[in-house]
Parts: sequence; C-alpha cells; structure tokens
Amino acid sequence: MTSTRPAAAAQAEAGAPAIVAARERLWHAIGEGDEYAAVEVVFAALDDGVPAESALLDLIAPVQHRVGVEWAANRLSVAAEHAASAINDRVIGTLAHHPRARAEPARGRVTVACVDGEWHALPARLLAEVLRLRGWRVDFLGAQVPSPHLVAHLHKTAPDVVALSSSIATRLPMAHAAITACQAAGTPVLVGGAAFGPDGRYARALGADAWAPDARAAADRLAQGLRRAAGLAAHQPVDDLPHLADQEYTMVSRTRSELVKEVLTVLAGRFPGMRSYTDAQRRHTAEDIAHVVEFLATALYVDDAELFTGFIAWTAEILAVRHVPAVSLTHSLHILGGRLADFPRATAMLTQALSALPEAGEDA
Amino acid sequence: MPDGNVPFERRVVRPASREPMHVETSEYVYDGSRTTRPAPGTTWADAPCPALRADAAGAVVDVNAAAGALLPTARPRAPLADAVPAWLADAHRRFVTATRPTDGERRFGMVRGELAGRSFEARPTPAAAGEVVWWLVDDTELRLAEKALRTEQERTAFLAEASSTLLTSLNVDRCMEVTAELAARHLADAAVVVAPAARRHYPVAYAGPGGVVRRRSVHADPAAVPGLSEALQGFPPVPSRWIDPSLLPEWAVPEGLSQPVGSVVVTPLPGHGVPAGAVVLLRRDDHRAFDESEEVFARLFAARAGAALSAARLYAEQASITDTLMRDLLPPSLHQVNGVEFAGGYRASGAAERAGGDFYDVHPGEGPGEESLVVLGDVCGKGLDAAVLTGKIRNTVQALLPMAGDHQRVLDLLNGALVNSHHTRFATMVLASVRRSAGRVRLRLTSAGHPAPLIVRADGGVEEADTRGSLVGVLPRVTSRTVTADLAAGETCLLFTDGITEARGGPLGDELFGDGRLKSALAECAGLPAEAVVERIQMLASEWVGDRRHDDMAVVAITAPRTTHLSAVDGHTRGRFTA
Repeated sequence: MTSTRPAAAAQAEAGAPAIVAARERLWHAIGEGDEYAAVEVVFAALDDGVPAESALLDLIAPVQHRVGVEWAANRLSVAAEHAASAINDRVIGTLAHHPRARAEPARGRVTVACVDGEWHALPARLLAEVLRLRGWRVDFLGAQVPSPHLVAHLHKTAPDVVALSSSIATRLPMAHAAITACQAAGTPVLVGGAAFGPDGRYARALGADAWAPDARAAADRLAQGLRRAAGLAAHQPVDDLPHLADQEYTMVSRTRSELVKEVLTVLAGRFPGMRSYTDAQRRHTAEDIAHVVEFLATALYVDDAELFTGFIAWTAEILAVRHVPAVSLTHSLHILGGRLADFPRATAMLTQALSALPEAGEDA
Repeated sequence: MPDGNVPFERRVVRPASREPMHVETSEYVYDGSRTTRPAPGTTWADAPCPALRADAAGAVVDVNAAAGALLPTARPRAPLADAVPAWLADAHRRFVTATRPTDGERRFGMVRGELAGRSFEARPTPAAAGEVVWWLVDDTELRLAEKALRTEQERTAFLAEASSTLLTSLNVDRCMEVTAELAARHLADAAVVVAPAARRHYPVAYAGPGGVVRRRSVHADPAAVPGLSEALQGFPPVPSRWIDPSLLPEWAVPEGLSQPVGSVVVTPLPGHGVPAGAVVLLRRDDHRAFDESEEVFARLFAARAGAALSAARLYAEQASITDTLMRDLLPPSLHQVNGVEFAGGYRASGAAERAGGDFYDVHPGEGPGEESLVVLGDVCGKGLDAAVLTGKIRNTVQALLPMAGDHQRVLDLLNGALVNSHHTRFATMVLASVRRSAGRVRLRLTSAGHPAPLIVRADGGVEEADTRGSLVGVLPRVTSRTVTADLAAGETCLLFTDGITEARGGPLGDELFGDGRLKSALAECAGLPAEAVVERIQMLASEWVGDRRHDDMAVVAITAPRTTHLSAVDGHTRGRFTA
C-alpha cells in the first residue's frame, strides 16, 4: 500500500462509480440494521480492488456523515444514529481482518483518542485504522477518555504523537485540558474534528501542535513528523488564552444551572402557554436553554463570538425543521443578556447572536 | 563544546616600573596634539598604563616604562613588526592610512589582542606629525570574568532546559533518550546512557552528533568501559584523564562519530537512593578534552537526569504492579456468545479511577444450548476498597458456576461466604442466566436487593422484570424470586446499577436521572445492537451528570440479535471474559 497518493487520485477514487454505488448499498444495509450485509458491501469493494484506506474514507466515512445529516434533518432518530454507528464500528473492526487491509508497522507509535465527554468515536476510529494501514503502531483508546487515563497511557507507552478527536464545540475546554496535559507529558498533539472549527482556528487557540481537517490530511501531516515541543512542563491554560483572566467563562460555567433556572422562570412568566407544556416539552426547553448557556460559556472560553452566533443560527434551523418557533430562543438570549449585563464579552456575544436571529414576533 | 578560543592563562604580570609618579622628563611628555590642554600632573614615563608611540612609517618612536617591560624589543626606531605582535602592528597600519578618522572610526580603532599571555585593549590617539600613541589596557581579568559569566549563564540555561525536559515524561525509555540527547547536544560530541541491567541485558540509549537517538539492549560486561561498572553501582566517577579512549568496546561508541574518540567521561546517574544508571560522554580526538570544570558540570546534569530516570522507573514499577493487581478488577470486554449479544459499559466515580464498587461478568455457557451466566452488582462503597471486594465476589461467583442453574443456591452460598468474611460491606446484584432457544433468547433473572432489570420489546414497550430479593452479605439468610422472560429478535434486557438512575444533574443541575428517564431512553432502543444500547444509556447518564460528582455506573445489555446470520460475522471466539 502506498503511503501517499496525489489528492487528485484520491478524489477520483472517491467519486468512482463503483464507490458511489457501494456507498448507496452500505447506506441501505445500515438503514436495515443489517450488519452482515454491511460487511459484505465493504468486503466486495475491497475484492474489487478498492484500497482499504479508500474503503474507510470514501465508503464508510461518507455514509457515517450522511447518518449525521439525516439526523439533523429529523429523518433519523437518535437511537437509529447509535445503531448505524455501532454497525459501522463493527464493519471497521471486521475490515481489519481482510487481507487487503494488512499492514506492517514501519513508522512510529501513535495514540488516538477522543477527549473526555466526546462520544462520537467513529472519526477517531477511522483515523486509527488509516494510520495502521500506513504503517503506524496505533493505540486506539476510544470515546471519552478522561485526561488522567490518557496521560497514564502516555507515560506507559511513550508514543511519538497523540491524535485527539472532538466533534462538539462545548468540549473545547476539556480538549484544551487534554492538549495541555499531553504536551506537559512531552508528547506533541494533533487535533481534528468539527469542534476545532472548519479552519482549525480553535486548534491554534488551544495551542495544539497541529490540526487536520480530515483523516487523510491528518495521516499526511503525521507522516511529515511532529516535533515534540520542549519545555512546556510549566504551561498553563491561561498562557494560551489570556482573556480567561476576566473570569467570565468561569462565572458563566459555574452558575449555568442557576442561569437555566432563571431563564425558564422568566420565560414561563412571559409565555403562559408554557404552563400547559408536557413534561417532555418542558424537558426539551430546559435542555435547549442549557445548550445555549453551554455554548456561550465555550465561546467565552475561546473568545470567539462566531462560535456562539453559529450555534444559535444552527439551533434556529433545527427548531424550524422540528416546527418549533424560534421566538423562545430570542427571548432566552434577551433574558441571559439581562443576567450577564456585567460581563462585557458575554454581552457582546449575546448581542451579536441576537442580530443573527429574526426579531421576536407576536406568534408566541 | 570545543571552541576555537585558547583560554587565557591566569598569570599575574607585575608592572615593572615603580618610579615615583611626579618625576617629569620633558622628552617623555605626551604632546600628541598641540591644540590640546597642557599635560596633567602625572607623566607619560611612569603611567601605569603601557603606552607606545609609533610614527606613520610604522617604526617605534618611544615607549614608556610599563610598555618597555611588556615589550622588551620595542626600542626607538625598531620596526613595529619586530616590536609588537602582528595584531597591533596591523591596527597601527590601518589607523595611519585612514584619512582624518572620525570619532566613530577612532573608537573602532580600539583593538584587542594578546601580549605576553595576557589580553590587552589597545586604544590609539593621534599625535604630532602623523604619529600615534597606543595605550595598552590590560583587560585579562575582565575577559576571564566575562567568559566565566557567559559559561555560567549557558550552563544555568541548559540545566533549566534539561530539568523541564526531563520532568515531562515518566517513561523510562523516553527519559533515557532525552538524557542522551541533551548530553550529546550540550556536553559532548556523543553520549551513551546505560541503565541498570534487567536479566544481564543493559538498556542503552545512544545520541550521536546529529542529535539522532537510538536505543538497544546490550548484553555485555560493563567493566569493559573503565569506570562504568563503578558508576552503575553509584561509586564516584573516575577522572576523565584516567580513561584511555582506545580501550572502549565497540558497543559503547555511537554510530556517526566521524573521528576516533579522544576523551571520555563516565558519570553515575544518581537516583532516589539507588543508582539510576550511568552516562558516558565522548569527545572526538580533534576536539578539546574534558576539563575539570566540565566534569563537575556533567555531574550536576547527571544528578537531574538521574532523579528523572529514577522517578520514571519508580512510576513504571508502581504502574506495572497496579496493572497486575487491577487486571482482575477491571470490567471485562463483552462479546457475542452462543448467538446472544452482550455489551457492557462502566464508568468509575473518579475520573482517574478505572475500577470501583460496581461490577459485571459474563460467564459463557459451554455450548450453544447451555446457559451463560451474567452477574451485575454493586458493592456498598466506592474506590479501591470496594473494587477489592468486587474481585472477591466475582471469584466466588465463578467458583459457584456449577450451581448457576439455581440462582437462590448461588446467592445462599455467596451470602454465607460474605457474612463470614471480615468485610463489613454488603452487595446487591442481579443474576441472569441466558440461553438461545429456537430463535429466541430465554432469560432467568434474579435480583438480590438490586434494581430490577428492564426489558425493551420490539415495539418500544419497556417492562420491569418482576424479581425481588434481599441483599447479600448482611443477614444469615437471603430470599429471592427468580422470573423467566423471553427476548425476541431486537429485544434487549438491560441490567444496570443505581449509579445510572441516581445520577444527579440535568439542565437544572440537581435532578435525578431517575427510572422514568431511563425507561423512556430505553424505549428508543428497540431493535438496536447491544453495544448501541449500552452506548446510548451511558451517554445519556454521563451527559446528565456533566462534570458533577457521580457514583460508579455500570450497564450490561443482553440482546437477541435482529438478524439470524449475525453470528456468522462474529469476529471473536468465545472464551472466559473475566480475564
């Protein structure tokens, strides 16, 4: 297996009719919950000459991506998403036994893990398999790895590099702790996943040694070698993010439950209709507000208003798909703005997010 | 590091002239410029600063007493080239050929060089008729002090870098590599770190001139390197000058040294009370040999490296002991057994812990028609103490497997064993005997003081198994009621500990996760593979608690596979899963 191929060739493969057709068959098999059929689709592609890396990244990965898209569009239940991921995971595990997927360790050792609180292990699993195919000795630690476990693993195995995955932006503070911990243990960190922003801006903000937009780019970047940063033992999170000194993140994240309660109370006063909410509706509303507060805290952590505005715009779209009026969202932001008036960064972020939403209408 | 500078000798040159200072002899009066002020009270002849007057043609005009003592051949009319070192003669030539030197050039005209083994600054001042007076200022002591300061600053910076780099890793191999690399970069041309032998093999890390580090295991007698076996035992280092580099065995010299080894230092790496190894520093024979201060400094570095190596070794030993002791306490990974899917998930209460007071096991049946026994339980308490008791219970249950056909009997015997042990703790648990039969999965379920298992049906309905019993390890007798249940394809029976239902958190921060939420979460899990059910429940409970404190949480899903041919892609062989 060649380690690097021109991007054009990879793209040609990704768009090859054989792979497009296989993707459709895999999507169908996973929709049926038929693991056996799913494995057959992937094995047939390998037997037809599709390289193992391409089977992982051009066949399985796009199908998994589609699962997420379908869920966001409310065409797939959360549970079905879990089922699809579980089947894809098993397929990847079985793929490793195919003769075309054999690889001799010829490079260094790498640890692949998801940050604590990150449950979407599949992107990291795909990267782990790609790296194994490219000759790395890979330790895959799986989903939600607490930093103490990760560091203990580093001391035990002394890998050349750690690859950390995080898909949810609200895990960025956790990711930062994990990055800092790995570097303090003398190991450079490559990060990837949607949490770090489409251009990897949060990877830079959090002091990661490298960022990659996808598994292929990550494998290419690791092939170039990542130097161990010296003398980061005394490194503190606030060294990367001096704005944390204003304590806005700490205050918002520490009082998040109180903030959610206050917003709910005020909302209930403004919308008498909320009293007739079912338990499930009440729960959803509380969860939505908790998310808003969590994203606000995260935006304060990385000091990026875009992160919060982007989340609010996305939430408005999801609510629209689920036929929930966005008016409660607008009110929630106003109420939060009132509570956090003493925090200039939070206030600016709430103002910017509000300007991205349509004005609160009368249809509450 | 070897450098081109030859160190100044510390030799005191006493000024030769001790003439009284007030004697004034007109021929010696400095009259460099007629436009300047009259000569001050002291005289040229007996100025403590050596001074020399030379003409534009490059011949000596005059020297004062101090200069005369310093430059015995500098007689009037002697060519400068014969009278003074070349550096001063050159500077004079440059100075007199410069047209109308500006102030800046005059300052530039200050040159520095050696005279009689000491360092001098020579400062020119123009005199009459194109003559130049050179004032020689002895700056040997200053230069030595500057050099010593620079060396100390470099060494301090290096020690600080070494400490922080060495402190990063608790991995022994990594520490050896870092030690070798730092030593080769700052102290020598190459370095070899030798760790104490493990079964007569010495782990060795090499660092060559290019900073390339290699490790290998050497089966050799350390006595072949002079001073090495002593250093490995922690005895004081052998002075470098006593070591003959030509006697070094081949394994003690890293690859990539382009010249033969010229000098060697062997220094012990002192650990925390026990020697952590030794470092061998090597210099090429065309580079300067190690001097005494470098050997002393190497020992300072070795003290830091030794402490780091020793800490790493202690950590590795402790971690290995912990791993061995914990192996039986960790939750096993579960697979499909005899056509039934099993999946388990565990989250200990402390983020740094891997085991706690919850436990589960799947003991596979002998063959496809035989029952597998699933045990999931909760020992009162958290942390390592509780984990140790779970280990005892798990072992006891394993021994009682032949009686697994009768859950009540298993619980009786286990209860007897716990009541009679010195532990004051008690436990609750669920036993599930699982067998595949005619396309369905047949369960026998018994709870002993534990939350009853939940069953999610294919249509999303959730039932609570009607089993009840007393907890184990408190009373002389336990009572229990066993129930049977069948799972159709896609249905799951979930065993869980109260860490899930009593998880406190949620959007408002202080609500229980509760039975209701668990049941409605499970209702969404109809038709899912066992791993997906476990992942879903674990994820919801974890997100519910967020970063708040929580108890140990354990779940096991027993699922009847949706597709009959699933067993055909089961990549795992069955076996004992309790590790």
